[in-house]
Amino acid sequence: MSAPKPVVGNRPVAICSFAQSPSLRRVDQANEVEMLMPVIAEVFAKANMTKDDMGFICSGSTDYLIGGPFSFVMALDAVGVWPPKSESHVEMDAAWALYEAWVQLQEGVIDTALVYGFGKSSLGDLSRVLAMQLDPYTMGPLWPDQVSLAALQARALLDRGLSTEQEFAEIAARSRHDALKNPNAQVRNEIPVAELLEEAYAVSPLRRHTLPPLSDAAAAVILVAGDRAYDVVDRPAWITGIDHRVETHAFGARDLAVSTSTAMAAKIAGVGNGPVDIAELHGPFAPQEVIVRQAIGLDDSVTINPSGGPLAANPMMAAGLIRMGEAASRIWDGSATRAVAHATSGPLLQQNLVCVLEGES
Amino acid sequence: MADVVEVFRSPHVLEYPYVRSTGPIVGGYLSGLRDGKILGATGAAGRVIVPPTEYDPDTAEELSELVEVGPGGVVTTWAWVSDPREDAPLSEPFAWALVQPDGADTGILTPVAASGPDAMASGMRVTASFLPSAERQGRVQDLRCFVPEEAS
Repeated sequence: MSAPKPVVGNRPVAICSFAQSPSLRRVDQANEVEMLMPVIAEVFAKANMTKDDMGFICSGSTDYLIGGPFSFVMALDAVGVWPPKSESHVEMDAAWALYEAWVQLQEGVIDTALVYGFGKSSLGDLSRVLAMQLDPYTMGPLWPDQVSLAALQARALLDRGLSTEQEFAEIAARSRHDALKNPNAQVRNEIPVAELLEEAYAVSPLRRHTLPPLSDAAAAVILVAGDRAYDVVDRPAWITGIDHRVETHAFGARDLAVSTSTAMAAKIAGVGNGPVDIAELHGPFAPQEVIVRQAIGLDDSVTINPSGGPLAANPMMAAGLIRMGEAASRIWDGSATRAVAHATSGPLLQQNLVCVLEGES
Repeated sequence: MADVVEVFRSPHVLEYPYVRSTGPIVGGYLSGLRDGKILGATGAAGRVIVPPTEYDPDTAEELSELVEVGPGGVVTTWAWVSDPREDAPLSEPFAWALVQPDGADTGILTPVAASGPDAMASGMRVTASFLPSAERQGRVQDLRCFVPEEAS
């Protein structure tokens, strides 16, 4: 057994364990630490490891959801790191925390890392929270809500003839159908596309089914470098390529119908170097899946979001990491040999991360 | 013991009550709005960016030259809000839009006051509608919205 040679980086690193809490509209009776604790316990139990086996810990979360400073420090209590460990945090989806851990592992000093992310959208008005990531002088004071902004992007796509409202509904119907097999998903049902298209507009041209649910959840993965990965899992999900790129926050200066940063990241991550079996894409709004799929260059043969994707469960700061965990799970269970995971951050697909995972055939 | 869990709920307001200078570029834009003008920054290859940024989004080149654009412009994309939120800039149904002012190469995020979604289209011409000069404070809300050109 030997790891496939990575396209990016020199040292093979694999996703070897993954756990997530069920995505719920409102987790009322557990705070962030309490929501994380069973997830952390599960990700260690699946790997037959403990916190003492970890060389590095990295998390992704945002204080703006909880409404208090340094909430990530409190979250560390879910791991119980004593004596102290090397630890870091990103104010982003935990997919970027995974990237930071992957960079650490490339240095060759440590072999293992715990990555986790968590977010409760139920604590406040998510549109108010997300408006605060916009330009604070020219956009933020107008308090544009996230649905209206996504609707601007959807219209740009429709005007360009790159998608249709029918396709948006097909994506939603497929996501909800596939989510029936995912006990952690939140929106799981069987609704015909024609019925979805009868829904009123939330904000035209977006109907309610094109919107991601508001979710509370947490997720965690364990990364292991080199041959130690085989001690944890029979068929490690090797990260053979990973990259992320950012575009201007002035989204009025971007072409919203395409995603230049996703396309760049996909190229550098080597997506096109071989066939892709499945892809877990983090386009929280249905039209964004179309944009991301086109940017990565995935054809119709690729199974998109077999987990149900973000239209079935969209916990802020964890949904991107969940894409990576779900894609890795398809490698472990043998249903895929080469998988792509994508995560996004910022308004209207501003920043994008693309990761290629491979199992030995 | 009764199996009742009472969940404590309390409002929590997080604020960052600091002020900062907006500098010559963003400040120039906001001062321009106070004076009833829309200013953009001339970026790489003569591309005019509005609202102006302190650096070119493509080349990262530092920008310093402001030029007047608009007040007319074109809707490049739009979204119809039939049920405005309490914090929306207009209380009647309206469109969020990106408007590319004449002479500019990028779009401004702005409300458009129109009679209904049937009165909106990508490519339509609109013109800036400012607050009365006495009410302007040098902030983005001074540019109240855009309105369809034939209605102005």
